[in-house]
Amino acid sequence: MGSWAQGLLGGALIGLSATLLLWSIGRIAGISGIVNGLGTAPRSDRAWRAAFLLGLMAAGGIAMQFLPYAPARLQTGSTLILLLAGLLVGFGTRMGGGCTSGHGVCGLGRLSWRSLAAVLSFMATAMATVFVMRHLIGALA
Amino acid sequence: MKSTVLAAFFSGALFGLGLAISGMTDRFVVLGFLDLAGEFNPQLAFVLAGAVAVTAIAFRLVLRLPQPVLAAGFQLPAATAIDRQLLLGAAIFGVGWGLVGFCPGPALVGLAGGLRDAMIFVPAMLAGSVTHYLMERRAKIGEE
Repeated sequence: MGSWAQGLLGGALIGLSATLLLWSIGRIAGISGIVNGLGTAPRSDRAWRAAFLLGLMAAGGIAMQFLPYAPARLQTGSTLILLLAGLLVGFGTRMGGGCTSGHGVCGLGRLSWRSLAAVLSFMATAMATVFVMRHLIGALA
Repeated sequence: MKSTVLAAFFSGALFGLGLAISGMTDRFVVLGFLDLAGEFNPQLAFVLAGAVAVTAIAFRLVLRLPQPVLAAGFQLPAATAIDRQLLLGAAIFGVGWGLVGFCPGPALVGLAGGLRDAMIFVPAMLAGSVTHYLMERRAKIGEE
């Protein structure tokens, strides 16, 4: 299977997942939002979040064992840069109210201008960061 | 088990499967998409296109229903303002994403799949999220 077909198929499954969640319980499948609510949402609003994340990690983690990916290069990143990146991603997604799934997959699907603005903002800074890291500094995280 | 919890579990499983198949758990594939000046890899564009093609049509149909099948109402984001908080937050997220190529979903799947890099990234991500929560709470208390 070509990588573009793999991308389209995987993407379609992600879109179906978001549709199933909206159709069944009326919620938006934004990963950062679902994670954040685990700690701060009312107690009655936490079980579905835990179940969603459990399903995500169980199915994704198992599928990874059967699919071709390059594990070797995913075990050697700079610890310092990974920690810094994690902090920025956690802080930024909470502040901006979403990530690639909430603003990207769901927000763009709802034709939300607000989400489009967020997507353009994080795509721009992500591309600029890669340019600086790879082509100006020459560092590979 | 409650049907709402089961529905959420299956949605999550479908999402995780999609992420794994799409190749997004390999952060270097993601970095390849963000690297316009280097060896550009369009994979992420296909993933996003596949996903949005489904949601753009299916969300429209679903939202015609009076309510979701297992809940009293749809809970959609109420905010519509494109403000500093949104743009700055997204910009900060983008810097972290561009540094290593992990966003929250693939990082969580990678953690479950046993990727060492994700095991370092995810705890820091949670710490960053809690940091923003605490800062905002403090600011609110300061206003009162």
